[in-house]
Amino acid sequence: MPKKPLLEFTDKGIYCATGKFYIDPWKPVDDAVITHAHADHAYLGHKRYLAHHFSREVLLYRLGEINLQTVEYGEKVIKNGVEISLFPAGHVIGSAQVRVEYKGEIWVVSGDYKVEDDGISTPFEPVRCHHFISECTFGMPVYQWKPQADIFKEVNSWWRSNAEHNLATVIVGYSLGKAQRILQNLDLSIGNVYTHGVIENTNEALRRNGIKLNPTIRITQDTSKEEVRKGIILAPPSSVGTPWMRKFNPYSFGYCSGWMAIRGAKRRRAADRGFVLSDHADWDGLISAIDATGCESVYLTHGYTATFTRYLNEIGFNAREVHTLYGDDEGINTVPEEEPVLHDAELNKVNGGIAR
Amino acid sequence: MKAFAQLFLSLDETNKTNEKVKILKDYFNSVPDTDKMHMLALFSGRKPKRQINSTLVRNWAIEASNIPAWLFEESYHVVGDLAETMALLMPQNRGSSHKTLTEWIAEINALGTKTEEEKKLWLMDSWAMLDSSERFVFNKLLTGSFRVGVSQSLVIKALADITGIEAPALTHRIMGSWMPETYTYEQLVQEQSASDDISRPYPFFLAYPIQETSEKQKSTDELKIDLGEEDQWQAEWKWDGIRSQLIKRGGEIFIWSRGEDLATDKFPELHPFLQALPDGTVIDGELLSFQKGQPMPFNVLQTRIGRKNLSKKILEESPVAVIAYDCLEYKGEDIRHKTQAERRVILEELQSATPFPEMFRLSALIQFSTWEQLGQTREQSRAMIAEGIMLKRKSAAYQLGRKRGDWWKWKIDPLSVDAVMIYAQKGHGRRADLYTDYTFAVWDGDKLVPFAKAYSGLTDAEINKVDYFVKRNTLEKFGPVRTVKPELVFEIGFEGINKSTRHKSGIALRFPRILRWRLDKPKEEADTIESLRALLGE
Repeated sequence: MPKKPLLEFTDKGIYCATGKFYIDPWKPVDDAVITHAHADHAYLGHKRYLAHHFSREVLLYRLGEINLQTVEYGEKVIKNGVEISLFPAGHVIGSAQVRVEYKGEIWVVSGDYKVEDDGISTPFEPVRCHHFISECTFGMPVYQWKPQADIFKEVNSWWRSNAEHNLATVIVGYSLGKAQRILQNLDLSIGNVYTHGVIENTNEALRRNGIKLNPTIRITQDTSKEEVRKGIILAPPSSVGTPWMRKFNPYSFGYCSGWMAIRGAKRRRAADRGFVLSDHADWDGLISAIDATGCESVYLTHGYTATFTRYLNEIGFNAREVHTLYGDDEGINTVPEEEPVLHDAELNKVNGGIAR
Repeated sequence: MKAFAQLFLSLDETNKTNEKVKILKDYFNSVPDTDKMHMLALFSGRKPKRQINSTLVRNWAIEASNIPAWLFEESYHVVGDLAETMALLMPQNRGSSHKTLTEWIAEINALGTKTEEEKKLWLMDSWAMLDSSERFVFNKLLTGSFRVGVSQSLVIKALADITGIEAPALTHRIMGSWMPETYTYEQLVQEQSASDDISRPYPFFLAYPIQETSEKQKSTDELKIDLGEEDQWQAEWKWDGIRSQLIKRGGEIFIWSRGEDLATDKFPELHPFLQALPDGTVIDGELLSFQKGQPMPFNVLQTRIGRKNLSKKILEESPVAVIAYDCLEYKGEDIRHKTQAERRVILEELQSATPFPEMFRLSALIQFSTWEQLGQTREQSRAMIAEGIMLKRKSAAYQLGRKRGDWWKWKIDPLSVDAVMIYAQKGHGRRADLYTDYTFAVWDGDKLVPFAKAYSGLTDAEINKVDYFVKRNTLEKFGPVRTVKPELVFEIGFEGINKSTRHKSGIALRFPRILRWRLDKPKEEADTIESLRALLGE
């Protein structure tokens, strides 16, 4: 009988039988290692949680009172003889790759990641391993990001021009990650930054965690429309098209997402501006990250898995497609922060516990 | 080209009409006159001739992108637009180019005489000099698939603002078969007369549907409220053929279809009657195939549209004739300002003088005294091979484009069946990367037989749900097509149904579309092939 692999894909999530723990499980388990605090990775209902320090306050805010142990990057935790350590994934603040080692065999679960340094999340660090489980949300060669400096130049000049024309500026991005990344890269000489409650709650959680963020002003019922006109409003995808957003009329609304790279997706969203800004690795980023692990086999989860797997095998990797997470192979339901472009209804289901 | 690419980007970045007009004006004000004319040509659907066949362009793009061909195809399915796919996949440009739109189009047109090697060299060099947004519009020019998210009327509005010439005059001046290489901006803005370009058609006047949705039928009382007194209206059948304008000027004849395609050569059987018309005549009407003096369904005409050579058999068995319903120019004078009733008198006069009454037919007026009576007549539309009834206000001038008020179409309700979705394919443009193109089937015993494809009719929210279903219920993949678990039932509407030897089901539908999603129906209750055959009326 062949040796059982150290990590396996079960209907509850990625499982380490020897260590008796799961990574990002989506059904209740005893021990869960959490790569990051996004809804599709950090579910409610586990007995014990392990995550990075910087995820602490956001997890507590989102999941309530949970039994949570947090660690530093590189710090080792032993569970039933299996060594677990976290390494920066660069996806959002506190996001981690999970390195699992037992008797010299090393596995790494990437969680979500991007290779570009966004200046606020600890930059992605390649980890040598035998087996690498990688996401591939944007595993198509049409997805190639420009440096974020270029994108924020566009964002800031759009904001400046709106302010000159007395238009409110609404910029939409997921509340954990994208929102802070935008916040830290805005040209604050133009005006103040106003935030939707969902985003401000996340900001506060991060500030409690000791993260330094630029100043923001929470929008309340008393916030005057004229006041926000010269500023910029940070809003979550769930607020698009709601009365909350309409009250800022007239406004220009920009959407930040990797899906904006495709004209069709941009037009569907009917945003005034689509900024191609993603917290996931682009095509070249995925390939370079996988290559840097020196892995002998790579497993692809959520994204264009079929296409990406085929290509990796053609260029000499030993790649396999993994269907476990949601039985979906097109990056449609597994990436909530990018997801709203395609399925608002589904997203609201997934995010139901958060968007309040 | 930079300005043109920027124009495209800017138009994409706003959904507001006023801003679009402003962007267009800024463009016109910043580019040379020759560029203006090329832009006008492109935005009014005058594509440059394709000088490199698209397979070659595709293959060279794959080479330039340095990826395997299959991955290029997969990318195309995700992006849903060939020009955009190519633009996204190529590496960063090495240099930049300051050539104008005019210069680029001249280079493209000069390719016709070049060898394949020279074409390739030129194309690879060009791609390397253009950034990704320029490459996108360049690829659009090259592949001749130019569609813009802005209506011609907005372009005209911007131009009217700049030139001070009224929009209707400009609309007319950019009709017909002009070339941006020879028609100058100066000529466009000069005073003009009909004799400047004897082939030039008038802009078509189009009707609005009186029945705004297919869900709710208007009662005859509601019609009376909308339209007023019966005697102010002229009623005709709404013919299902090719809307055309037929011109005789300066001894020459021209036949234009509504898509502004010059189709004179496609309908040789009409030439004698056109030659016999007095000079300075323009007729508006519908081209239909006839057999033994009876109009035939559209599919008979359709089989000959695509052909290069018309067989003698077709010309003898089902010749085309025009059912004329308006006269726009008479004795060389533009009479569009005259009333419908006055124009009708002139049209009847012209028709009565023709030696070819078989080819030049009149669209008969339907006599009626109450809306209710007309409603009953409308029920006979299918038997008349008509799509319904046209209503034209007797006092109305011949206007421009689709306008509410004076011309209405009162179509018959579509035929419909309930069908099961069995295949799905990703859409294009704004539906890229979403499963929006479906194939539907009806029961033949215990088997499902595909009989129609439909793309439209669902709301965005419904499309998202169906897409979600498709992605989770795929049974098989064949290239871009997925076989889907038969489960979802839709009501499919269509205008007509005919026998077909080209389709598995033995039938072909006209204008199939989704009327509604039948969430209340299990797949077992979908219709059968017998119920479709019954609609064939045999």
